[in-house]
Amino acid sequence: MARIVGIDLGTTNSLVAYMKDGQPCVVPDRNGRTMVPSVVALTDNGLIVGDSAKEHLTRNPERTVYSVKRFMGKGLADVQNELAYFPYHVTETGGVIRIRLGQKSYSPPQISAMILKELKLRAEASLGESITKAVITVPAYFNDSQRQATKDAGLIAGLEVLRIINEPTAASLAYGLQQKTQGTIAVYDFGGGTFDISILKLKDGIFEVLATSGDTHLGGDDLDRVLVDLFIGDIRDRYGIDVGRYPDHMQTVRLEAERAKIRLSDELKTEITIELPEDKGLFTRELTRDQLESLVAGIIERTLAPCRIALKDAGLTPTDIDEVVLVGGSTRMPLVRQRVEALFGKQPHCHLNPDEVVALGAAVQADILSGGTTDMLLLDVTPLSLGIETMGGVMSSLIRRNTTIPASAKEMFTTYVDGQTGVDIHILQGERELVKDNRSLARFRLKVPPLPAGIPRIEVTFLIDANGILNVTATDMRTGQSQSIEVKPSYGLSDTEVERMIEDSFKFAAEDVNARKLIEARLDAEALLKTTNKSLVDAGHLISQEEAHSIRATLAQLSNATGGTDPRAIRTRMTELEQAAKHLNVVMLDDSLKNSLHGKKVSELS
Amino acid sequence: MDNHQSSSHPDTRRQLQMARSMCWHCQSEVTGEYFCDRCVKVQPVSKETDYFTCLGFPRRLMLDPQKLEAKFYELSRTFHPDFYQTKSADEQTISLSNAAVLNTAYRTLRAPIQRAEYLLALETGSVKDIRTSPPADLFEEILELQDTLEEYRASDRDSDQGHRLRSTLQTEQEALERRKHEMEAQLQQLFADWDKLQDAGEATSLARVERDRILKQMRDLLSNRTYVNNIVNDLAATIA
Ligand SMILES: Nc1ncnc2c1ncn2[C@@H]1O[C@H](COP(=O)(O)OP(=O)(O)OP(=O)(O)O)[C@@H](O)[C@H]1O
Ligand SMILES: [Mg+2]
Repeated sequence: MARIVGIDLGTTNSLVAYMKDGQPCVVPDRNGRTMVPSVVALTDNGLIVGDSAKEHLTRNPERTVYSVKRFMGKGLADVQNELAYFPYHVTETGGVIRIRLGQKSYSPPQISAMILKELKLRAEASLGESITKAVITVPAYFNDSQRQATKDAGLIAGLEVLRIINEPTAASLAYGLQQKTQGTIAVYDFGGGTFDISILKLKDGIFEVLATSGDTHLGGDDLDRVLVDLFIGDIRDRYGIDVGRYPDHMQTVRLEAERAKIRLSDELKTEITIELPEDKGLFTRELTRDQLESLVAGIIERTLAPCRIALKDAGLTPTDIDEVVLVGGSTRMPLVRQRVEALFGKQPHCHLNPDEVVALGAAVQADILSGGTTDMLLLDVTPLSLGIETMGGVMSSLIRRNTTIPASAKEMFTTYVDGQTGVDIHILQGERELVKDNRSLARFRLKVPPLPAGIPRIEVTFLIDANGILNVTATDMRTGQSQSIEVKPSYGLSDTEVERMIEDSFKFAAEDVNARKLIEARLDAEALLKTTNKSLVDAGHLISQEEAHSIRATLAQLSNATGGTDPRAIRTRMTELEQAAKHLNVVMLDDSLKNSLHGKKVSELS
Repeated sequence: MDNHQSSSHPDTRRQLQMARSMCWHCQSEVTGEYFCDRCVKVQPVSKETDYFTCLGFPRRLMLDPQKLEAKFYELSRTFHPDFYQTKSADEQTISLSNAAVLNTAYRTLRAPIQRAEYLLALETGSVKDIRTSPPADLFEEILELQDTLEEYRASDRDSDQGHRLRSTLQTEQEALERRKHEMEAQLQQLFADWDKLQDAGEATSLARVERDRILKQMRDLLSNRTYVNNIVNDLAATIA
């Protein structure tokens, strides 16, 4: 079976890992960096991803997308109150958020796909083989739409997503592989955009998730915002400047807020320096760890409620937990560690690199799927209850939260009116009584043969697969015939839209490759032009007039070609110039050899 | 107490069930447990297979949770989709639905109360959930309690009246919790009775009468317990 890689598609950072000789390892770039910032920027040379895109956050804020994971599987109304924090333009079409970049609009799965492609390329370069299959991680508390959006992103990136796996459980696989622990563990995953808690029982290679809970909109980003608000207020008070009006400076403030937060994990106080708009100079202030902690205490407290719910759902008390594992960059904050320690009554475990452990676990799961690792098995759960709308706007639960997946439920439907030919079904996810308080997942219409009321009997099977994604099938119990169901997602791309995006992505891929080739050809041509020019200056006197003339002519042609957009034309002119200057180069070499052999004489002569 | 001699032993029953079916792939008779002996393809768990059979346990009510878990893990290793990624699409579909059935089976049998409710449904042939009903002797008390609850919900919680109602409700909650535990102890006894009767495996009319007694009492107790349990939860949530 072709190699399957494991990908941690994070809010802030993404990584790709694979299994090498029974051990998972993360793929670094040429500079040894393992994390790809989850940032995409539109530049004059096209779309760029990762570290280089991050540099555009302040230079080009309206065209630089970060934290796109927060928008996956969401509608505009869901994110309305945080839009002010994002400098890029967000709209909605067909229940799906779109992000404007230059002339085009992209859905969050398309932006995520660009990050995935970058990881794919990185893995391909490192492994020297083409990568087409992947396991991708998502926050455990992601709902069906968010999972589906992630799967779509994979497809658009040209990856077959063999499994969507939960981040904390992935971490537990990496952890279990290394520690060979048995017992009950709690994985506390506090990253850039999301918070998850999962409680697992590890026994004889089985990783059984007992309960999971979380908040898909709670992470380091939210901590940064508290500081951003503080600094902006400060600047307004001191200088009367509204930084909010300057997107580039907003990004400077945000990045400095994040850096200050990170510094305060090691230091007790830190100096903040921010360049002000309108050449008003520098804003400086001091921030202590105490101040930071009192500002963010409320947010960190919000992670504890899901922990208590998960414990309760698992039927456990904190003392039943043998080990607490910390995952995600935000768990480096001392206050987070203190609060976790206080809740569980034991010191959390953080021997594994919290940045990499999720990707490593995804690689382990990939290895299980490809048949490499056979002694480990993950039994995960669905984080949210699944149900359908019944009379009076009430949700009737079919599969409860924390049910081990795959999980299925069957429901029989019939008609209320003679000759009725369809039954509308509305699928929901959530824990509340009323439909309006839960998440609408999808709607579909069940086809029913026209018969007297109550006679048709259609059995609908709701199956949550091992990815935590819902599949619906229906069977007419009278005829035994199954019926295909076209589910219309409430917050997601339709199948046809995804297909179009895959095509687009291949088209762009060709364009991208061309752009890259052009840039490379131009760079090479410029280097050749420069050296040839220099040779002409240094050694023009050693060749004939005609020869020098012909070289200059070819040189001009190449210089012309670099103004065009065809990399092949540039390459052809380059070869011509190399040919034309061949003799000149030989003469130059001879001359320099002669000079060095008779070095002494030459110097003596002069 | 040798289960293997009992004609109703699930192992025998399962084998009978399997023997009647043919392999979906090679059409040969399936005699193996979960896989075709000839082509080694995984076989779908039959729709008729009950959860006890599915997990390889007799229809008993006092199952060892350790053994149940061990069997669940073993079968998970047999059926989980993770291990079918390299197999054909048909096999993947079977593995998916088998794993889903297995998970439901384990979830049902793991919790003693749910296990008993399930067995009751199997034995008495009713598929509907057991209706919850108030214990006859508690009827008056519960009606009164509902009134107190309403009163408390309407009252100012910090007033004297609120405090008084709250402490009444607390006392009631404790009493009902004790009652619930009593019922659970009684159920426990019935579970033991059931298992003993099954292990004896007699087909006498006396045994039939005993069987009906146990099932009837179990049904009443289960429905009363659920009722009381719901009130206790409701009370706890209200005065929390
Ligand atoms: N030393 C530190 N102290 C405090 N916060 C830190 C530290 N190092 C990193 N962080 C924060 O951790 C977050 C990034 O963590 P991580 O890379 O685990 O997130 P992610 O995987 O991208 O996000 P998610 O899992 O939520 O999708 C950022 O908000 C960053 O500011
Ligand atoms: Mg993460």
